[in-house]
Amino acid sequence: MSRDLSINVHHVTRVEGHGNIVVDVKNGVLKKAELDIVEPPRFFEAMLKGRNFHEVAIITSRICGICCLGHQMTSLRATENALGLEISEQTEILRKILIHGATFQSNVLHALFLATPDFLNVGSVFPLVNTHKDVVLAALRLKRLANDIGDVISGRAIHPISIVPGGFTKLPSESEIKELREKLANEGMKDALFAIDVLASLADQIPQFERETEYISLYNDKEYAFYDGLICSSDVGLVPVEEYEDVTNEFVVPHSTSKHTRFNRSSYMVGAMARFNNSHKLLKPKAQEVAKKLGLIAPCHNPYMITVAQMVEVVHCIEDAIDLMDILLERGIKDEKPNQNPTRFGRGIASTEVPRGILFHDYTYNRKGQIEKANCVIPTGQNLANIDDDMKKLVPEILDEPKEEITKKLEMLVRAYDPCISCSVHMLDVTFEE
Amino acid sequence: MSQEKKNGKLKVAFFDFTSCEGCQLNKLNFENELLDLLKYVDIVEFREAMDDKAEEYDIAFVEGSISTPSCVQRIYDIRRRSKILVALGQCAVSGGINAMRNEQPLEKVQEEVYGEHKYLFPSMPALPVSAVVKVDYEVRGCPMSAPEYLHVFKSLVLGRKPETKDYAVCVECKLKENECVLEKGMFCLGPITRAGCDAICPSNGQYCTGCRGLVSNVNKNGAVEMLKQHGFSVEEALKRMKMFNTNDLEKEICWGKE
Ligand code: SF4
Ligand code: SF4
Ligand SMILES: [Fe+2]
Repeated sequence: MSRDLSINVHHVTRVEGHGNIVVDVKNGVLKKAELDIVEPPRFFEAMLKGRNFHEVAIITSRICGICCLGHQMTSLRATENALGLEISEQTEILRKILIHGATFQSNVLHALFLATPDFLNVGSVFPLVNTHKDVVLAALRLKRLANDIGDVISGRAIHPISIVPGGFTKLPSESEIKELREKLANEGMKDALFAIDVLASLADQIPQFERETEYISLYNDKEYAFYDGLICSSDVGLVPVEEYEDVTNEFVVPHSTSKHTRFNRSSYMVGAMARFNNSHKLLKPKAQEVAKKLGLIAPCHNPYMITVAQMVEVVHCIEDAIDLMDILLERGIKDEKPNQNPTRFGRGIASTEVPRGILFHDYTYNRKGQIEKANCVIPTGQNLANIDDDMKKLVPEILDEPKEEITKKLEMLVRAYDPCISCSVHMLDVTFEE
Repeated sequence: MSQEKKNGKLKVAFFDFTSCEGCQLNKLNFENELLDLLKYVDIVEFREAMDDKAEEYDIAFVEGSISTPSCVQRIYDIRRRSKILVALGQCAVSGGINAMRNEQPLEKVQEEVYGEHKYLFPSMPALPVSAVVKVDYEVRGCPMSAPEYLHVFKSLVLGRKPETKDYAVCVECKLKENECVLEKGMFCLGPITRAGCDAICPSNGQYCTGCRGLVSNVNKNGAVEMLKQHGFSVEEALKRMKMFNTNDLEKEICWGKE
């Protein structure tokens, strides 16, 4: 077939930030298929220079309001590593609960509000308020519950306040935790399972497409890793977090204000699917059941199934948050002050799994406790090359379909990755590829 | 594509420029009130959540700062088509955290990032929306205060003028009977920062970073004296205040100097 096709989706909707899809086919031959990132760069690392260690997480939180908790968490841990600040077990448990809340909120919002309208052939979530009210309300309740977790434990869900280097400036009360626990165990779990039933009924709307790639996530043999672990590549196994630069190999491409990355192939995938493929055995029991029910089997090579993996994680996060709250309540919450007395100054690197994938922050502090050098490698940036590679395989496979259908599948593909473009254009030092 | 005009309902649109999108997200955190408001307005454009686009708007809510030549074109266009334009969040109101980079020469920042290809992605200083077009109302804060946003939204729907606050965060903090964080030895910007957030940071044991910008008359309430009493200099206060307000401070840099 010698078809000419040119697709240009300007500012893809229902994604965070500004990106364009550009596809060019001449005489049936694919010339170009890429996601152009046109969001203005934000120069965050340059802004950090000279700032005090207690200001750093406040600034990096603003890289992205959607991923703020993940940025703060990674930032705090990089600072603690650099300054030798020990944290208590209680701090670690509370932080893990916060991550679970932020993860299930982000996953629910993406799966139900941004991705599901495609499965139902509507342009936004608003028509669903009339046609699928129950599931919209369930999603809103889950979102509210996650917000409550953020408000109670960190003072504010968007740009959290009380999580600081070394601990918390204010602690939740045991009765507040108890209340959250009950809500999670009852409505929370019920709503999640209901939303999953709805998603299961739409499973036939998920496009069939396979492309095996390299899957990279944190890995930890004690738990499904979010808070810490080693870097795990499905191609070569475990790599210490300190060697992250050997994994990410950032480079600039002219069609994106955000840097691309690659490790053992031309691209790799991060995020819910990478985590699921690498750590599925460590999912909590209900989450395992749900994965089976939704037909998600590791290793899964269909990027459109990322949405499904996200919902499996929603159940896991709720289960694990309940377990962590039980531990906390059994120990009792101790009135601790944050430990902010540095024992050294130097470089600190940390990595966390945030909803969209593995995130790295890397700081160097001078003897005054001020930032000298900073680098952040963001999940969406790491997925961009993989999205381009997916499009290059997908377009020829569906070239006989109508243009609208091709465009829709491409938009759905980009959305499946839940790209956070705000996040990915933070930018600092660059080496150009010629 | 174009939206049908439904009887008497206001056409509302949301736009985002250079920002973290936290303010966009924050307004979704009041889902019940939001669903109520939907009875009175039609959301005709909201790129993050829907595919539709419209020709003109009764109210345009704008988030983020203006930081590229194409942002300038877009905001001109939005202003032309809007009856009322509201700046949401500190990025839109003052340039916010993005403006921290304005302190360094732009050429240098760009060169550091893009090397010899620095002209590939045009950039400019991060500006507040009001530096480019007329802004009718603003909602401050990083993130913007959601109750304040709801107040502005509801007032405009009812055809009233929204109220604004112009006193220090300390006033709200005292009302909440918090232990003052200055007393705990932290450097708090509450004495010089404009209220409206219900002193949420000191209420959580943290110092105020001044995310809502300066009160209009800093000296009136003895703020400078108060900071000096706790051993903090005006210079230090300014440096900290720049985190969210670099652009404003360039204008008001003379405050506190006799
Ligand atoms: S004002 Fe703060 S929360 Fe709002 S968009 Fe800007 S950085 Fe984000
Ligand atoms: S207390 Fe200060 S930093 Fe916190 S929200 Fe209010 S103005 Fe902003
Ligand atoms: Fe993000």
